[in-house]
Amino acid sequence: MSYMFTVSPDFTPDHISGWYIFNTWLQKHTGIGIHLEMYDHFLSQREAIQADKIDLIYANPFDAAMLVREKGFLPLVKAQGAADEALIAVSGESQTNDVTDLTPGTRVAYTDDPDVRLMGMIMLEPGDLDATNIVPVVADNYVLVAKHLLKGDADVGIFLAEAYDGLSSMIKKQLKVLVRSQISVIHHALMIGPKLQDRRDEIQQLLINMESDEKGGGVLKSLGFEAWQRVDDEEMEFMIDLMDTLNT
Amino acid sequence: MIADMSAEDIVGDYQEVTLQLYGGITRKVLYTQIETPYPDGKLIVSTTNPEGVITHVNQSFIEMSGYDEAELVGAPHSILRHPDMPAAAFKDLWDTITRGETWQGYVKNLRKDGGYYWVKATVIPNIRGGKLVGYTSVRRKPSRTKVDECINLYPTLFN
Repeated sequence: MSYMFTVSPDFTPDHISGWYIFNTWLQKHTGIGIHLEMYDHFLSQREAIQADKIDLIYANPFDAAMLVREKGFLPLVKAQGAADEALIAVSGESQTNDVTDLTPGTRVAYTDDPDVRLMGMIMLEPGDLDATNIVPVVADNYVLVAKHLLKGDADVGIFLAEAYDGLSSMIKKQLKVLVRSQISVIHHALMIGPKLQDRRDEIQQLLINMESDEKGGGVLKSLGFEAWQRVDDEEMEFMIDLMDTLNT
Repeated sequence: MIADMSAEDIVGDYQEVTLQLYGGITRKVLYTQIETPYPDGKLIVSTTNPEGVITHVNQSFIEMSGYDEAELVGAPHSILRHPDMPAAAFKDLWDTITRGETWQGYVKNLRKDGGYYWVKATVIPNIRGGKLVGYTSVRRKPSRTKVDECINLYPTLFN
């Protein structure tokens, strides 16, 4: 029997081959047949989850509540020390120096990355902005969010902080950061579905020990991670509660 | 338990009042007119047990409240209650969350040093295995427009 593994579509393009290498490593060490299916968009991935096609997922925190509460997923691990943070930036030439300078009708560029958009919109609230009074400018990736700002197609951009930091220095020189989140407790997590849960403890332990495995360390490096760190049920429940409060 | 506020902790000129808090607690509070701005990009997070006693606080909570973690954990959440906040707001909060629903509102919180800070607060019940185990409260930076509305509204809600 083969199981289906998928990765949150906001994975960084540099690490796509890393996920295939990780899947090969995982199959070898568990003896489980696992097919890796990458989706381009959150919508198509959610349709697959709703259709119960997914057994293992490196999930965006925004989807964690649905995975745990509706689909019976449980957490395994997260990337050690990793947290999702967002930031709000404007063009360097913009007269805006603070979120409170913004006004309704502001054109906001963002991607479909749901947790980053949520954190970003919260950071726009002090400027009296919300989903009802902004003009959305949806972009396929964060480089395009930056380009919208530089071309003047958008007034502010919402970035995954890590993606912003990874932009070329030439682009960053032309942008200005207004605010950067410091939330620390929102993170992606590898989660396991009901059909594989009898192997949960074994797989979790395998992943935690992965950094000391002969080849495991290199596989982790190909994902951009140093190590996996255990996520227990209560930590996941706490993050879901936190996301719920932010979604309100 | 919750101790009266101490004059030696207060920064600046202060007023004194005795508050009747949830659970039949009485507390003498000392408060100033000094506002601490909400820090950009941060969330203040705490959890309580079902009775409203604090079980966890994050670093932003500690920094903004001015209390040590040890002073906060085990104390009722009303340790932050500012005398300018009408009791009706907290009655609405408790009525809402005990129904199992999410509460959201703008709150003026009292610091240990007598100063204050405004937040947009969201409180949700924590359900584990179908059972209520406590509440999570997350505070974020509020819109100044909304705060100004509350500054006008809240004094009208006192009996």
